[in-house]
Amino acid sequence: MLEIKGLHVSVDGTEILKGIDLNIGTGEVHAIMGPNGSGKSTLSYVISGRDGYDITAGSILYQGQDLMELAIEERAAKGIFLGFQYPVELPGVSSTTFLKTAVNAGRRQRGEDELDAVQFMKRLRGHTATLNINDDMLRRGVNVGFSGGEKKRNEILQMALLEPYLAVLDETDSGLDIDALKVVAEGVNALRGPTRSMLIITHYQRLLDYIVPDYVHVLAHGRIARSGGKELALELEEKGYGEFLDGAEAA
Amino acid sequence: MSYTAETAEQVSSIAGDKYKYGFVSDIAADMAPKGLNEDIVRFISAKKNEPDWMLQWRLRAYERWLTMEEPSWAKVAYPKIDFQDAYYYSAPKSMEDGPKSLDEVDPELLRTYEKLGIPLHEQAMLAGVAVDAVFDSVSVATTFRKELAKAGVIFCPISEAVQEHPELVQKYMGSVVPYSDNYYATLNSAVFTDGSFVYIPKGVRCPMELSTYFRINQANTGQFERTLIIADEGSYVSYLEGCTAPMRDENQLHAAVVELVLMDDAEIKYSTVQNWYPGDADGKGGIYNFVTKRAACRGRNSKVSWTQVETGSAVTWKYPSCILQGDNSVGEFYSVAITNNMQQADTGTKMIHIGKNTSSTIIAKGISAGRSQSTYRGLVRMQPGAAGGRNYTQCDSLLIGDKCGAHTVPYIENRNRTAQIEHEATTAKISEDQLFYCRQRGLTDEEALSMIVNGFCKQVLQTLPMEFAVEAQKLVGISLEGSVG
Repeated sequence: MLEIKGLHVSVDGTEILKGIDLNIGTGEVHAIMGPNGSGKSTLSYVISGRDGYDITAGSILYQGQDLMELAIEERAAKGIFLGFQYPVELPGVSSTTFLKTAVNAGRRQRGEDELDAVQFMKRLRGHTATLNINDDMLRRGVNVGFSGGEKKRNEILQMALLEPYLAVLDETDSGLDIDALKVVAEGVNALRGPTRSMLIITHYQRLLDYIVPDYVHVLAHGRIARSGGKELALELEEKGYGEFLDGAEAA
Repeated sequence: MSYTAETAEQVSSIAGDKYKYGFVSDIAADMAPKGLNEDIVRFISAKKNEPDWMLQWRLRAYERWLTMEEPSWAKVAYPKIDFQDAYYYSAPKSMEDGPKSLDEVDPELLRTYEKLGIPLHEQAMLAGVAVDAVFDSVSVATTFRKELAKAGVIFCPISEAVQEHPELVQKYMGSVVPYSDNYYATLNSAVFTDGSFVYIPKGVRCPMELSTYFRINQANTGQFERTLIIADEGSYVSYLEGCTAPMRDENQLHAAVVELVLMDDAEIKYSTVQNWYPGDADGKGGIYNFVTKRAACRGRNSKVSWTQVETGSAVTWKYPSCILQGDNSVGEFYSVAITNNMQQADTGTKMIHIGKNTSSTIIAKGISAGRSQSTYRGLVRMQPGAAGGRNYTQCDSLLIGDKCGAHTVPYIENRNRTAQIEHEATTAKISEDQLFYCRQRGLTDEEALSMIVNGFCKQVLQTLPMEFAVEAQKLVGISLEGSVG
């Protein structure tokens, strides 16, 4: 699904990622953990194609295709989804309008027929109950006045509707209390499947109690410092990131 | 490259070819000699076969205009207009004897309006919308007149109203915007050529939407239309105007006057979708849109509502206003002004509260992109007699890119202690985060921008009649094409 080789990325001339190698197979769930400033979010932005992140060396292949050749929205249409750490507010744009526009934008790019209002609402209704999303949230401006939990649930709703092949979830647990975390994790787990890969980015092990990954990687100083199975997360919980910070400037 | 930098680059590279109404129709025209003088005023009046009182009124206006100076207080800059270098009358040749029915109208003209999305054959029309089509200096067709006449509604070209309903025209024309009002209104009073006239009798709810489509076709020709709508006691009418013009390198002047008169319990809803040619990316060409629009709420409980979507014109200077004279009368102004490239808009409203318990609402949304400048300028005045008067004003500006400007200039004058005035203003910029968020969900830049901007102006767009709201939403998207990278 995703093959990252020797990836170096700079922002405003400062190198943030210093040679990342990562392979995510189809249907696998990988977790990337690491201290603040280690480059976790940068990795998510590079995969989704955000401007301002210069790839100085290395490559990213997605479904065998060079991602660098694709614009942000083309990557989205091909099934790359980024769950934002800080979902952005769009005042005046109702969530329903936004979701329908997004779903149809992808369908149009893929040459599929657009969904009409009835078809779309049917799909939407299929997801709102499980994610505990009420009509009021759908009527309000996207993320405007949403609580932390509502914002994250709204991200998962978008993921459910867009049906990506690769979902990158950036600090989905940040700002959530334990109940909200459970709802979000259930939403994510419901979307796991043999054709969908996930990259879960998190600082804390807590989330991985609920979304159990197949593989865990530790990112420190722009490199993958260690990889392992889900037990690696528990080890980190116990020992902290101390060993990965040794001998380097605090990030 | 950041969006901001790309925006700037993109904006500098786009041309005016995005304007889809920029075609020119090849229609033989009957024109007045170039330039402006007393003879031209007489020429226009003679062409329209006007009675002497109308000619005398024009001549008084012309004389007055000669003594006036072009206003310079608006935040717009443009080269001095040479009023002698334009034509003041242009009519399709085929109109000379006046067509008796649509069948006699030049087919090329009908095609022009069809291209604009305004079929004039009644069977092809939007159900429930009557149209007056004004081409350069004359009205070429007015639809559904018979049906309207059954309800007692008069909807006809103003040149015809001068002939057929002189008592109404003489009584009301100039009663809201006097011929001496301001530079452009005075010029209009001298040389106005056509426009629409509407009279809704007592107690009548106009059975359909009325609309006028203005089209400038001829080069170097100004359009000076005049619209007069009279809503008698307890009547209601919804009226919409649309405007387009060909793409030309020269600037063209459009100086219109609109007067609305409302008696007791009358209501007028007046909507404008202004899409005159805005000029190219470097600011070459485009329409100078200098318009005076005013409503007089003379009767108690009368209500006027202005909605405008201003996306076109190189320079816009326009302040649709309400004189709230009747007790409990209500004035509303809903505006979306979009400027892109080198466009300049100085627009707003005046709410003059005279009667008791009068109320007004102003919702103005300005969107600036490219190197454009957008100004909201509005006056709220409570006269000493406006006890219990209320005003609520909300001005929101949205900036796209870093080379445009948005300005808000509210004038508030309160001479009554019991009146209440509220003013809210916000300025926001479309952020890179918002665009990235939308694009990550699969939207292109332009889809994202159109969605965000439509969300920003939703409050205003939803006041438009249903048939036009969708059209206006699309127009919002088109006007901003190319403003992000």
